[in-house]
Amino acid sequence: MEIPLLVGAGLIVIGAGMGLGKIGGSAMEAIARQPEASGKIQTAMIIIAALLEGLAFAALILGKA
Amino acid sequence: MHNFSIAKFILVLLVFCSLSTFAKAESDGGAVSSKSEIDAYIDHHLQDSYDYNFWSDGETGEHFGFPLPIILIDDGLKVFLSSKFHHGETVAEADGEYYKIYHGKIYKTDAEGTITLGEENHPTNSKPLDFSITKNVATMILTSILLLFMFGGLAKNYKHSKLPKGFGRVLEPLVIYVRDDIAIPNIGEKKYRNFMGFLLTVFFFIWILNLLGMTPLGVNVTGNIAVTACLALFTYVITQFSANKEYWKHIFWMPGVPVLMKIILIPIELLGTLTKPFALMIRLFANITAGHVVIMSLIALIFVGNNIYADTSISLLLALFISVIELLVAFLQAYIFTMLSALFIGLAVEEHDHAHDEHATKEII
Repeated sequence: MEIPLLVGAGLIVIGAGMGLGKIGGSAMEAIARQPEASGKIQTAMIIIAALLEGLAFAALILGKA
Repeated sequence: MHNFSIAKFILVLLVFCSLSTFAKAESDGGAVSSKSEIDAYIDHHLQDSYDYNFWSDGETGEHFGFPLPIILIDDGLKVFLSSKFHHGETVAEADGEYYKIYHGKIYKTDAEGTITLGEENHPTNSKPLDFSITKNVATMILTSILLLFMFGGLAKNYKHSKLPKGFGRVLEPLVIYVRDDIAIPNIGEKKYRNFMGFLLTVFFFIWILNLLGMTPLGVNVTGNIAVTACLALFTYVITQFSANKEYWKHIFWMPGVPVLMKIILIPIELLGTLTKPFALMIRLFANITAGHVVIMSLIALIFVGNNIYADTSISLLLALFISVIELLVAFLQAYIFTMLSALFIGLAVEEHDHAHDEHATKEII
Protein backbone atom coordinates (compact mmCIF):
# COMPACT_ATOMS: atom_id res chain seq x y z
CA MET A 1 0.00 0.00 0.00
CA GLU A 2 2.99 2.25 0.56
CA ILE A 3 3.93 2.80 -3.10
CA PRO A 4 0.51 3.78 -4.55
CA LEU A 5 0.13 6.19 -1.63
CA LEU A 6 3.44 7.87 -2.41
CA VAL A 7 2.65 8.04 -6.14
CA GLY A 8 -0.68 9.65 -5.29
CA ALA A 9 1.03 12.16 -3.04
CA GLY A 10 3.45 12.94 -5.86
CA LEU A 11 0.58 13.49 -8.30
CA ILE A 12 -1.13 15.83 -5.85
CA VAL A 13 2.06 17.83 -5.42
CA ILE A 14 2.57 18.04 -9.19
CA GLY A 15 -0.98 19.32 -9.62
CA ALA A 16 -0.70 21.82 -6.82
CA GLY A 17 2.69 22.97 -8.10
CA MET A 18 1.30 23.55 -11.59
CA GLY A 19 -1.61 25.49 -10.14
CA LEU A 20 0.59 27.63 -7.93
CA GLY A 21 2.95 28.27 -10.83
CA LYS A 22 0.08 29.44 -12.99
CA ILE A 23 -1.27 31.72 -10.27
CA GLY A 24 2.16 33.15 -9.48
CA GLY A 25 3.07 33.64 -13.12
CA SER A 26 -0.20 35.40 -13.96
CA ALA A 27 0.13 37.60 -10.90
CA MET A 28 3.67 38.58 -11.92
CA GLU A 29 2.48 39.49 -15.42
CA ALA A 30 -0.41 41.47 -14.01
CA ILE A 31 1.85 43.36 -11.61
CA ALA A 32 4.30 44.09 -14.43
CA ARG A 33 1.45 45.54 -16.47
CA GLN A 34 -0.12 47.50 -13.66
CA PRO A 35 2.38 48.09 -10.87
CA GLU A 36 -0.02 50.46 -9.09
CA ALA A 37 -2.52 47.62 -8.55
CA SER A 38 0.08 45.28 -7.05
CA GLY A 39 -1.49 45.33 -3.56
CA LYS A 40 -4.87 44.14 -4.77
CA ILE A 41 -3.32 41.57 -7.09
CA GLN A 42 -1.21 40.17 -4.28
CA THR A 43 -4.23 39.78 -1.99
CA ALA A 44 -6.22 38.00 -4.67
CA MET A 45 -3.21 35.83 -5.47
CA ILE A 46 -2.81 34.78 -1.84
CA ILE A 47 -6.51 33.94 -1.52
CA ILE A 48 -6.52 31.76 -4.64
CA ALA A 49 -3.24 30.14 -3.57
CA ALA A 50 -4.72 29.42 -0.14
CA LEU A 51 -7.82 27.83 -1.67
CA LEU A 52 -5.69 25.68 -3.95
CA GLU A 53 -3.47 24.70 -1.06
CA GLY A 54 -6.47 23.74 1.04
CA LEU A 55 -7.62 21.41 -1.73
CA ALA A 56 -4.17 19.84 -2.08
CA PHE A 57 -3.84 19.33 1.65
CA ALA A 58 -7.32 17.86 1.86
CA ALA A 59 -6.35 15.34 -0.80
CA LEU A 60 -3.09 14.48 0.96
CA ILE A 61 -4.73 14.00 4.35
CA LEU A 62 -7.78 12.12 3.11
CA GLY A 63 -5.45 9.91 1.10
CA LYS A 64 -3.47 9.04 4.20
CA ALA A 65 -6.53 8.36 6.36
CA MET B 1 23.68 52.71 13.89
CA HIS B 2 20.67 51.55 11.95
CA ASN B 3 22.61 48.72 10.31
CA PHE B 4 23.98 47.71 13.66
CA SER B 5 20.52 47.26 15.15
CA ILE B 6 19.42 45.19 12.16
CA ALA B 7 22.50 43.00 12.56
CA LYS B 8 21.71 42.56 16.25
CA PHE B 9 18.13 41.62 15.42
CA ILE B 10 19.25 39.03 12.89
CA LEU B 11 21.74 37.60 15.39
CA VAL B 12 19.03 37.26 18.04
CA LEU B 13 16.77 35.61 15.47
CA LEU B 14 19.46 33.12 14.49
CA VAL B 15 20.31 32.23 18.08
CA PHE B 16 16.63 31.88 18.91
CA CYS B 17 15.89 29.62 15.98
CA SER B 18 18.92 27.38 16.44
CA LEU B 19 18.25 27.09 20.16
CA SER B 20 14.73 25.96 19.46
CA THR B 21 16.01 23.34 17.01
CA PHE B 22 18.41 22.04 19.66
CA ALA B 23 15.63 21.92 22.19
CA LYS B 24 13.40 20.03 19.82
CA ALA B 25 16.17 17.59 19.04
CA GLU B 26 16.52 16.88 22.71
CA SER B 27 12.96 17.12 23.85
CA ASP B 28 11.66 13.65 23.13
CA GLY B 29 14.14 11.07 24.26
CA GLY B 30 17.75 10.04 23.82
CA ALA B 31 19.60 8.65 20.82
CA VAL B 32 17.45 8.03 17.76
CA SER B 33 19.07 5.65 15.36
CA SER B 34 16.65 3.78 13.12
CA LYS B 35 13.83 4.83 10.84
CA SER B 36 11.08 3.57 13.13
CA GLU B 37 12.60 5.36 16.10
CA ILE B 38 12.69 8.62 14.16
CA ASP B 39 9.07 8.11 13.15
CA ALA B 40 8.09 7.50 16.76
CA TYR B 41 9.99 10.57 17.86
CA ILE B 42 8.25 12.81 15.31
CA ASP B 43 4.85 11.30 16.11
CA HIS B 44 5.40 11.91 19.79
CA HIS B 45 6.20 15.55 19.14
CA LEU B 46 3.08 16.06 17.01
CA GLN B 47 0.76 14.62 19.62
CA ASP B 48 -0.78 16.21 22.65
CA SER B 49 0.46 14.98 26.03
CA TYR B 50 -0.50 15.02 29.67
CA ASP B 51 2.67 16.79 30.83
CA TYR B 52 5.23 19.33 29.65
CA ASN B 53 8.35 17.30 28.93
CA PHE B 54 11.27 19.48 27.88
CA TRP B 55 13.89 16.76 27.56
CA SER B 56 14.68 13.29 28.79
CA ASP B 57 17.88 11.57 29.72
CA GLY B 58 18.04 8.46 27.56
CA GLU B 59 20.51 6.64 29.82
CA THR B 60 18.97 7.19 33.24
CA GLY B 61 15.41 7.48 31.96
CA GLU B 62 14.90 10.76 33.80
CA HIS B 63 12.44 13.31 32.43
CA PHE B 64 12.69 17.07 32.84
CA GLY B 65 9.50 19.07 32.76
CA PHE B 66 6.42 19.59 34.87
CA PRO B 67 3.12 17.73 35.28
CA LEU B 68 -0.35 19.07 34.44
CA PRO B 69 -3.68 18.36 36.10
CA ILE B 70 -5.75 15.36 34.97
CA ILE B 71 -9.51 15.79 35.23
CA LEU B 72 -11.63 12.68 34.72
CA ILE B 73 -15.36 12.16 35.03
CA ASP B 74 -16.00 8.55 35.93
CA ASP B 75 -18.54 8.04 38.73
CA GLY B 76 -17.76 11.50 40.00
CA LEU B 77 -15.04 14.04 39.38
CA LYS B 78 -11.44 12.87 39.80
CA VAL B 79 -8.64 15.41 39.79
CA PHE B 80 -4.98 14.57 40.21
CA LEU B 81 -1.61 15.53 38.76
CA SER B 82 -0.23 13.68 35.77
CA SER B 83 2.98 13.00 37.74
CA LYS B 84 1.05 10.04 39.21
CA PHE B 85 1.42 8.29 35.86
CA HIS B 86 5.22 8.71 35.86
CA HIS B 87 5.17 9.53 32.13
CA GLY B 88 2.82 6.68 31.33
CA GLU B 89 5.03 4.08 32.95
CA THR B 90 2.89 3.33 36.00
CA VAL B 91 -0.76 2.99 36.99
CA ALA B 92 -2.36 6.01 38.68
CA GLU B 93 -4.79 5.47 41.54
CA ALA B 94 -7.59 7.93 42.34
CA ASP B 95 -10.40 7.22 44.86
CA GLY B 96 -10.00 3.47 44.55
CA GLU B 97 -9.99 3.42 40.72
CA TYR B 98 -6.94 2.69 38.58
CA TYR B 99 -6.02 4.42 35.34
CA LYS B 100 -3.28 3.90 32.80
CA ILE B 101 -2.10 5.82 29.75
CA TYR B 102 -1.98 3.62 26.67
CA HIS B 103 -0.96 5.19 23.34
CA GLY B 104 -1.69 8.69 24.62
CA LYS B 105 -5.17 7.93 25.98
CA ILE B 106 -6.32 7.20 29.52
CA TYR B 107 -7.98 3.82 30.18
CA LYS B 108 -9.52 2.36 33.30
CA THR B 109 -7.60 -0.71 34.51
CA ASP B 110 -7.10 -2.91 37.55
CA ALA B 111 -4.31 -2.39 40.09
CA GLU B 112 -1.73 -4.09 37.84
CA GLY B 113 -2.61 -1.97 34.83
CA THR B 114 -3.66 -4.78 32.47
CA ILE B 115 -4.81 -3.56 29.09
CA THR B 116 -6.82 -6.17 27.23
CA LEU B 117 -6.52 -5.87 23.48
CA GLY B 118 -9.48 -6.71 21.31
CA GLU B 119 -9.65 -7.00 17.54
CA GLU B 120 -7.15 -4.94 15.51
CA ASN B 121 -5.16 -4.28 18.70
CA HIS B 122 -7.66 -1.78 20.10
CA PRO B 123 -7.95 -1.88 23.91
CA THR B 124 -11.32 -3.06 25.21
CA ASN B 125 -10.90 -1.32 28.58
CA SER B 126 -13.47 1.37 29.33
CA LYS B 127 -12.43 4.99 28.92
CA PRO B 128 -13.37 7.70 31.44
CA LEU B 129 -14.55 11.09 30.18
CA ASP B 130 -11.35 13.06 29.88
CA PHE B 131 -11.37 16.82 30.57
CA SER B 132 -7.68 17.06 31.44
CA ILE B 133 -5.65 20.22 31.12
CA THR B 134 -3.25 18.75 28.58
CA LYS B 135 -0.22 20.46 27.06
CA ASN B 136 -2.32 21.98 24.28
CA VAL B 137 -5.03 23.20 26.64
CA ALA B 138 -2.46 24.70 28.98
CA THR B 139 -0.79 26.48 26.06
CA MET B 140 -4.11 27.85 24.84
CA ILE B 141 -4.92 29.15 28.33
CA LEU B 142 -1.47 30.75 28.46
CA THR B 143 -2.07 32.39 25.07
CA SER B 144 -5.48 33.69 26.14
CA ILE B 145 -3.99 35.26 29.27
CA LEU B 146 -1.21 36.77 27.17
CA LEU B 147 -3.79 38.25 24.73
CA LEU B 148 -5.82 39.59 27.63
CA PHE B 149 -2.81 41.39 29.07
CA MET B 150 -1.58 42.72 25.73
CA PHE B 151 -4.89 44.07 24.50
CA GLY B 152 -6.30 44.95 27.91
CA GLY B 153 -3.32 47.26 28.37
CA LEU B 154 -3.78 48.73 24.90
CA ALA B 155 -7.51 49.32 25.45
CA LYS B 156 -6.91 50.96 28.82
CA ASN B 157 -4.30 53.19 27.25
CA TYR B 158 -6.78 54.62 24.75
CA LYS B 159 -8.83 56.05 27.61
CA HIS B 160 -6.05 58.48 28.47
CA SER B 161 -4.51 59.30 25.11
CA LYS B 162 -4.75 58.56 21.42
CA LEU B 163 -1.17 57.36 21.23
CA PRO B 164 -0.39 53.90 22.56
CA LYS B 165 2.55 53.46 24.89
CA GLY B 166 5.15 50.71 25.19
CA PHE B 167 4.21 47.37 23.65
CA GLY B 168 0.96 48.84 22.39
CA ARG B 169 2.98 50.55 19.68
CA VAL B 170 3.76 47.15 18.21
CA LEU B 171 0.14 46.04 18.41
CA GLU B 172 -1.61 49.11 17.07
CA PRO B 173 -0.32 48.82 13.47
CA LEU B 174 -1.30 45.15 13.42
CA VAL B 175 -4.82 45.93 14.62
CA ILE B 176 -5.11 48.65 11.99
CA TYR B 177 -3.74 46.25 9.39
CA VAL B 178 -6.44 43.69 10.22
CA ARG B 179 -9.08 46.41 10.05
CA ASP B 180 -7.97 48.20 6.88
CA ASP B 181 -6.59 45.30 4.85
CA ILE B 182 -8.73 42.37 5.96
CA ALA B 183 -12.05 43.48 7.45
CA ILE B 184 -13.05 46.57 5.45
CA PRO B 185 -12.25 45.32 1.92
CA ASN B 186 -14.01 42.00 2.49
CA ILE B 187 -16.96 42.82 4.72
CA GLY B 188 -17.56 46.41 3.75
CA GLU B 189 -17.43 49.80 5.41
CA LYS B 190 -20.92 49.50 6.94
CA LYS B 191 -20.86 46.18 8.70
CA TYR B 192 -17.26 45.36 9.49
CA ARG B 193 -17.40 46.65 13.07
CA ASN B 194 -19.50 43.75 14.38
CA PHE B 195 -16.92 41.23 13.24
CA MET B 196 -13.71 42.99 14.25
CA GLY B 197 -13.70 41.31 17.66
CA PHE B 198 -13.78 37.84 16.16
CA LEU B 199 -11.30 38.58 13.38
CA LEU B 200 -8.74 40.18 15.70
CA THR B 201 -9.04 37.40 18.26
CA VAL B 202 -8.64 34.69 15.65
CA PHE B 203 -5.72 36.46 14.01
CA PHE B 204 -3.68 37.00 17.17
CA PHE B 205 -4.66 33.68 18.75
CA ILE B 206 -3.49 31.69 15.74
CA TRP B 207 -0.40 33.79 15.21
CA ILE B 208 0.79 33.52 18.81
CA LEU B 209 0.07 29.79 18.93
CA ASN B 210 1.99 29.31 15.67
CA LEU B 211 4.93 31.25 17.08
CA LEU B 212 4.83 29.27 20.35
CA GLY B 213 5.14 26.16 18.21
CA MET B 214 8.53 27.47 17.06
CA THR B 215 9.87 27.89 20.61
CA PRO B 216 11.65 25.23 22.69
CA LEU B 217 8.37 24.59 24.52
CA GLY B 218 7.79 22.06 21.77
CA VAL B 219 4.02 22.56 21.58
CA ASN B 220 1.99 21.85 18.48
CA VAL B 221 -1.40 23.43 19.14
CA THR B 222 -2.46 24.75 15.73
CA GLY B 223 -1.17 21.48 14.26
CA ASN B 224 -3.93 19.68 16.15
CA ILE B 225 -7.00 19.07 14.02
CA ALA B 226 -9.41 19.41 16.97
CA VAL B 227 -8.17 22.93 17.68
CA THR B 228 -8.42 24.07 14.06
CA ALA B 229 -11.82 22.36 13.73
CA CYS B 230 -13.08 24.41 16.65
CA LEU B 231 -11.72 27.64 15.18
CA ALA B 232 -13.33 26.83 11.83
CA LEU B 233 -16.60 26.02 13.61
CA PHE B 234 -16.63 29.56 15.03
CA THR B 235 -16.30 30.98 11.52
CA TYR B 236 -19.07 28.67 10.27
CA VAL B 237 -21.52 29.56 13.04
CA ILE B 238 -20.82 33.28 12.77
CA THR B 239 -21.23 33.17 9.00
CA GLN B 240 -24.54 31.31 9.13
CA PHE B 241 -26.04 33.41 11.90
CA SER B 242 -25.11 36.74 10.41
CA ALA B 243 -26.21 35.82 6.89
CA ASN B 244 -28.95 37.89 5.31
CA LYS B 245 -31.95 36.93 3.19
CA GLU B 246 -30.04 37.14 -0.08
CA TYR B 247 -27.54 34.54 1.12
CA TRP B 248 -30.23 31.99 1.96
CA LYS B 249 -32.07 32.77 -1.24
CA HIS B 250 -28.94 31.98 -3.22
CA ILE B 251 -28.68 28.64 -1.42
CA PHE B 252 -32.29 27.45 -1.54
CA TRP B 253 -33.69 29.15 -4.63
CA MET B 254 -30.89 30.37 -6.84
CA PRO B 255 -32.29 33.22 -8.95
CA GLY B 256 -31.85 33.29 -12.68
CA VAL B 257 -31.62 29.56 -13.45
CA PRO B 258 -34.28 27.06 -14.62
CA VAL B 259 -36.44 25.38 -11.94
CA LEU B 260 -34.86 21.95 -12.38
CA MET B 261 -31.44 23.50 -11.96
CA LYS B 262 -32.62 25.28 -8.80
CA ILE B 263 -33.51 21.95 -7.22
CA ILE B 264 -30.21 20.36 -8.24
CA LEU B 265 -28.33 23.34 -6.86
CA ILE B 266 -29.81 23.14 -3.34
CA PRO B 267 -27.69 20.23 -2.05
CA ILE B 268 -24.62 21.52 -3.87
CA GLU B 269 -24.95 24.95 -2.29
CA LEU B 270 -25.62 23.43 1.14
CA LEU B 271 -22.51 21.32 0.80
CA GLY B 272 -20.66 24.43 -0.30
CA THR B 273 -21.35 26.12 3.03
CA LEU B 274 -19.73 23.15 4.79
CA THR B 275 -16.66 22.84 2.58
CA LYS B 276 -15.54 26.39 3.37
CA PRO B 277 -14.92 25.83 7.11
CA PHE B 278 -13.67 22.32 6.33
CA ALA B 279 -10.99 23.79 4.06
CA LEU B 280 -10.11 26.34 6.75
CA MET B 281 -9.66 23.54 9.25
CA ILE B 282 -7.52 21.35 6.97
CA ARG B 283 -5.38 24.22 5.71
CA LEU B 284 -4.20 25.46 9.09
CA PHE B 285 -3.75 21.96 10.50
CA ALA B 286 -1.82 20.64 7.50
CA ASN B 287 0.41 23.67 7.10
CA ILE B 288 1.57 23.72 10.70
CA THR B 289 1.91 19.95 10.94
CA ALA B 290 3.89 19.86 7.69
CA GLY B 291 6.21 22.57 8.98
CA HIS B 292 6.85 20.71 12.22
CA VAL B 293 7.44 17.41 10.42
CA VAL B 294 9.95 19.00 8.04
CA ILE B 295 11.92 20.63 10.86
CA MET B 296 11.90 17.45 12.96
CA SER B 297 12.97 15.33 9.97
CA LEU B 298 15.85 17.68 9.20
CA ILE B 299 17.00 17.44 12.81
CA ALA B 300 16.68 13.66 12.62
CA LEU B 301 19.22 13.77 9.74
CA ILE B 302 21.89 14.01 12.47
CA PHE B 303 21.20 10.42 13.46
CA VAL B 304 20.96 8.99 9.95
CA GLY B 305 24.47 9.44 8.50
CA ASN B 306 27.88 8.24 9.64
CA ASN B 307 29.88 11.43 10.02
CA ILE B 308 28.35 13.19 13.02
CA TYR B 309 30.04 16.57 12.37
CA ALA B 310 29.08 16.84 8.73
CA ASP B 311 25.54 15.61 9.39
CA THR B 312 25.04 17.98 12.29
CA SER B 313 26.21 21.04 10.42
CA ILE B 314 24.08 20.27 7.35
CA SER B 315 21.09 19.40 9.49
CA LEU B 316 21.28 22.52 11.63
CA LEU B 317 21.74 24.80 8.62
CA LEU B 318 18.72 23.30 6.85
CA ALA B 319 16.65 23.34 10.05
CA LEU B 320 17.54 27.00 10.62
CA PHE B 321 16.55 27.83 7.05
CA ILE B 322 13.19 26.09 7.37
CA SER B 323 12.66 27.63 10.82
CA VAL B 324 12.97 31.11 9.35
CA ILE B 325 10.51 30.18 6.60
CA GLU B 326 8.18 28.80 9.28
CA LEU B 327 8.22 32.18 11.02
CA LEU B 328 6.80 33.60 7.80
CA VAL B 329 4.30 30.75 7.47
CA ALA B 330 3.17 31.34 11.07
CA PHE B 331 2.12 34.86 10.12
CA LEU B 332 0.80 33.90 6.69
CA GLN B 333 -1.50 31.18 8.02
CA ALA B 334 -2.94 33.50 10.67
CA TYR B 335 -3.48 36.08 7.91
CA ILE B 336 -5.10 33.59 5.54
CA PHE B 337 -7.41 32.17 8.20
CA THR B 338 -8.56 35.68 9.15
CA MET B 339 -8.77 36.79 5.54
CA LEU B 340 -10.89 33.83 4.42
CA SER B 341 -13.12 34.13 7.50
CA ALA B 342 -13.69 37.78 6.61
CA LEU B 343 -14.35 36.82 3.00
CA PHE B 344 -16.97 34.19 3.95
CA ILE B 345 -18.66 36.56 6.39
CA GLY B 346 -18.54 39.26 3.72
CA LEU B 347 -20.26 36.98 1.18
CA ALA B 348 -23.01 36.23 3.70
CA VAL B 349 -23.77 39.80 4.73
CA GLU B 350 -23.26 41.40 1.33
CA GLU B 351 -25.99 43.76 0.14
CA HIS B 352 -26.78 43.01 -3.46
CA ASP B 353 -27.14 45.95 -5.74
CA HIS B 354 -30.21 45.14 -7.79
CA ALA B 355 -29.50 47.80 -10.38
CA HIS B 356 -26.70 45.54 -11.63
CA ASP B 357 -26.82 41.95 -12.69
CA GLU B 358 -26.82 40.05 -9.44
CA HIS B 359 -24.78 37.21 -10.86
CA ALA B 360 -21.80 39.43 -11.27
CA THR B 361 -21.18 38.96 -7.55
CA LYS B 362 -18.48 36.59 -6.48
CA GLU B 363 -19.93 33.20 -5.89
CA ILE B 364 -17.03 31.05 -6.89
CA ILE B 365 -15.76 30.51 -3.39
